[in-house]
Amino acid sequence: MKKPIFFGLHADPTKKIRIVLALIPFIILVSAYLIASDLRNKENPDDKLLPTISKMVASVEKLAFTENKRTGEYILWQDTAASLKRLITGVGLAAICGLLLGLNMGMYKGISAVTSPFITFISMIPPLAILPILFISFGVGELGKIVLIFLGVFPIITRDIYLATGKIPREQVVKALTLGASGFTIVYRIILPQIFPRLIDTVRLSLGSAWLFLIASEAIAATEGLGYRIFLVRRYMSMDTIIPYVLWITALGFLMDYLLRMLVKKKFNWYLPQVK
Amino acid sequence: MSETKKLHIENVYKSYGDKLVLDNVDLSVSKGDFCTLVGPSGCGKSTLLRLILGQEVSDSGSICIDGDAVGVPDVNRGIVFQRYSLYPHLTVLENVLLGKYISKKSWFMPWKAAKKDHEEAMHYLTILRLQDAIAKYPHELSGGMQQRVAIAQALIMKPPILLMDEPFGALDPDTREELQLFILELWEKEELTIFFVTHDLVEACYLGSRLLVLSQYYTDDRGNKSDVKRGGKIVADHSLQRVASSTEVKNSKPFQDLILSVRNDGFDPQIMQHVKDFNLKHPDSFYTLTKEEHG
Repeated sequence: MKKPIFFGLHADPTKKIRIVLALIPFIILVSAYLIASDLRNKENPDDKLLPTISKMVASVEKLAFTENKRTGEYILWQDTAASLKRLITGVGLAAICGLLLGLNMGMYKGISAVTSPFITFISMIPPLAILPILFISFGVGELGKIVLIFLGVFPIITRDIYLATGKIPREQVVKALTLGASGFTIVYRIILPQIFPRLIDTVRLSLGSAWLFLIASEAIAATEGLGYRIFLVRRYMSMDTIIPYVLWITALGFLMDYLLRMLVKKKFNWYLPQVK
Repeated sequence: MSETKKLHIENVYKSYGDKLVLDNVDLSVSKGDFCTLVGPSGCGKSTLLRLILGQEVSDSGSICIDGDAVGVPDVNRGIVFQRYSLYPHLTVLENVLLGKYISKKSWFMPWKAAKKDHEEAMHYLTILRLQDAIAKYPHELSGGMQQRVAIAQALIMKPPILLMDEPFGALDPDTREELQLFILELWEKEELTIFFVTHDLVEACYLGSRLLVLSQYYTDDRGNKSDVKRGGKIVADHSLQRVASSTEVKNSKPFQDLILSVRNDGFDPQIMQHVKDFNLKHPDSFYTLTKEEHG
C-alpha cells in the first residue's frame, strides 16, 4: 500500500514536501500583501497603510544603518538593546526565582503548604491590570517594566517547575537516601540538574507572554525600546517603520527560542527521550 | 539473640485506614541469607519491604537492622526498585559512582572520581558485564541492563542488607532468567544478605536460600467471622538448599513439589491453614502469637 502524500488520516508527506507545504502560507501572505500594496500605491504614491517594500527598506536603512545626527546613535540597535535588557533581566530573574521556589515547593511539603495556594492566587492576577500599580510604586523607569515582566512569568515558571519536580519518582529520593545523600544534596545535586532542561522549556514557552508585557509597558511609558518606537510612530501612521519592527521582534523571539532549543539538544541529550 | 541477626522484625502491625495489611509479623534474617518473600497480591509484601526500608512507618512493633531500630532510609539498606532506580541525567558510571560522591561531600562533588572508587565501580560493572556501556545514559540501555546498573549502584555502598522490590518484574522471561543468574553469582561472590520481594513463585523458589510466604489466607483462634480483621502473616518459611545455579532445576520434581506446597499454603484462598500449623521449618523462624490468635 502506498501512503497518500497529503490527504487523509494516513498521509505521510516526505521531508521535501513538508518544507514546500510549510512555505505555502508564508508565500500566500507575502503575495497578498504585495498585490494589495501595489494596488494602493498605484492609486496614491503616498499611501501610508500598505507601504511598498522599497519604502520599508528605506525606513530600515534610516533606522538601522544611519547615525542619528543629534545623538550619534543607531535607533534600531539602541531600541533592541534597551528592550532585550529589560526582557532578559525580567525573564532571567523570574527563571532563577521560579526554579528555586518551584524546586523547593516540589521537594518540601512544608514549603509547598505555605506557598502553593499563594502562588496560585498570584498567578490569577492579570499582570497588565496591575501595571498602573507597578508604575506608581516602582516608577516609570526600568524597574517598573522589569517587575511587570517578572510578575507576569514568575508564577507560571514556578508552578511548572513545581509540577515537574513533583513528577520525579519518589524512588529516586529513597534511592539517594540509601546511597548516603543528605536532603540538601538530593534537592540540589540530584533533582535540580534533572529539572534544569525543563526550566529551559518553560522559559521558551513564557517568552511569548514576556514580550507582550515588555511591549505593553514600553508603549505606556518609555524613552527607548522596540515597543516604544512602534507606538511612537503610530501617531504618524508610519507603517513603513512598524512592519519592519514587528518582523524584527518576531525574528528575535524566534532566534531566542531556537537558541534555547539547541541548548537543550546539545547539553541535555538525556532529557529529550523522556519528553517523548 | 536479636543483636546477632541482620534483620529482626517483631510484632509488626501496619494498616491503611480500616484495612489491616500486616498482622503481627515476626521475622528474623541471618547474615548471608538470600531471603525471598513471595505472596498473593494484596498480602502486604511491598508494604513489609517499605517498612524495612523506612519509607513507611509501622503502627507498632519493632524493626531492627544489626540491632538498631530503623528510621528513614539511609546507608544501612540498599534498595533496587522495579523501575526508576537510575538517574536519567547521569551516565552508567556516574550512576554507579553516585553513592561514593554524595555520601562524602554534601554540596561539592569532585569532578574526577578517586581511583579507588573508580576501580570498585568497574569491579561491579565487570561482574555484571556492563564494562562496555559505562558512558551510556540510562535511556540508551535495555531494561535488563538498567536493572544491572541499579544493582551495581546499590552494591557499591556495601549495604548490610540489600532490599529488592520486584527488581525483575518488568523484564521479559529470558532477561529475567539471565538476571537471576547474575544476582546469584553476586550473592555468592560478595556474600550478600538479600531480601528479595517478588510475586513470581518460581523466581522465589529458584533464587532463595530461604523462602518466606506472606499471605492473608489463613485462620486462627479468632475464627472466620467477617468482623475479624486479619492481615498478611508469614505462613511458611522454607530453608532451601542451594546446590546448583543451573536454571534446569526449575523442571525437577522436588522443585515442582515445593511450588505446589507454597501455592497451597499461601496462594489458595480456599485452603485456610491454622496459625499453629504453619510450616516454619527454618531455624531463624519464630512466632509471637497473641492470646486471641492462639492461646
